[in-house]
Amino acid sequence: MASTHHKLIILGGGPAGLTAGLYAARARMDHLLIEKGAEGGQVLLTDWIDNYPGFPDGISGFDLAEKMTAQARRFELNSMFGNVVSMDLSEPVKKLHLEDGDPLSCDTLIICTGAHPRPLGVPGEKELTGKGVSYCATCDAPFYRNQHVAVVGGGNTAVQEASHLTKFADKVTLIHRRDELRATKIVQEKAFANPKIDFIWDSTVTAINGGDGVESLQILNNDGTESSIAVDGVFVLIGVLPNNEMLPLDTLKADKGGFIPTDLETRTIVPGVMAAGDIRSKEVRQVVNAAGEGATAVLAAEQYLTNLS
Amino acid sequence: MASDKIKDVSDADFESIISSDTPCLVDFWAPWCGPCKAIGPVVEALADEYEGKATIVKMNVDDNPATPGKFGIRAIPTLILFKSGEKVDQVTGAVGKAQLIDLIEKAL
Repeated sequence: MASTHHKLIILGGGPAGLTAGLYAARARMDHLLIEKGAEGGQVLLTDWIDNYPGFPDGISGFDLAEKMTAQARRFELNSMFGNVVSMDLSEPVKKLHLEDGDPLSCDTLIICTGAHPRPLGVPGEKELTGKGVSYCATCDAPFYRNQHVAVVGGGNTAVQEASHLTKFADKVTLIHRRDELRATKIVQEKAFANPKIDFIWDSTVTAINGGDGVESLQILNNDGTESSIAVDGVFVLIGVLPNNEMLPLDTLKADKGGFIPTDLETRTIVPGVMAAGDIRSKEVRQVVNAAGEGATAVLAAEQYLTNLS
Repeated sequence: MASDKIKDVSDADFESIISSDTPCLVDFWAPWCGPCKAIGPVVEALADEYEGKATIVKMNVDDNPATPGKFGIRAIPTLILFKSGEKVDQVTGAVGKAQLIDLIEKAL
């Protein structure tokens, strides 16, 4: 039977967790990576990644996740499939409780549980999810061949995926609550130059209407005027919420958004517990800094273990 | 992605598979879909746990357009539970194991 105690447990197998796994495996640390699905995390939702260095022609999110996994495996990454539902971080030996099976324990823990797309929270959204409301353009774009879809959001994900959607949809309407986009300039330039994309500025979606599928959106302009547009689908790409339901948020002094604060070395307020990637309280959530934080976290774990012995 | 351990069904044999009295969960997926891949190990684990009680199969929506069209599928992964040829319920997205167990139990 596999040991239930490890010097290091890495919780989550996205870019931060896989990089932590790579560093831990190469350091020959007694480690375990726990992932509740397939390795990759939110990278798997991304159509194309042009800002991860080392891939001059860009790479699909899917391929990048596979390559990161293969690289960690080459150094004998120790990983398991499991869903951690709660944990106790009050003692030096940290305990993790799984949905199925015996609890696990560790001396150091790296939390890399990531984030998930934020819903709009408007009427009709929940009922029509999977029937025209989507949070993953890469997954669902091919269902909208020759149709009209809306994208809600103005950040990198929204603007980049709006461009991706034009490969399938006839028309893409981007709805943004401000009068300018937040996305990186080069991503914006590509969208503005695309004749299939139009923009509704200074507006929010207040309801999603439909029966068997999405039919229209209610739109409220910041000046108070209301309108409605007919669409076949809507992609909600307005940022992320933390995957923190298994974390003791009070103990970790989570910020008001539910993300975990750390110092520059990724150390949380609990000795021996690090947080890396999108779950960290920070401004910039990119694959490249998630990977960097994963590496930093392992070095912080090693240092903690050295001081312990 | 639905894994290699799970049987692939097609538009042609779909009706005969879902018409059984044994509940049948169909995982609609495509090779380019990340969350479909993410949910793969969960679906595999359930196929083992429910062996003999429920049938779990997958359908590639790229190769089989008719069935996803018939059920109005506009997002993947979508998992639909059938019993005796009738749809019982469905979930969309890379949901957790507990949610899929709740779904399957609806037909047991």
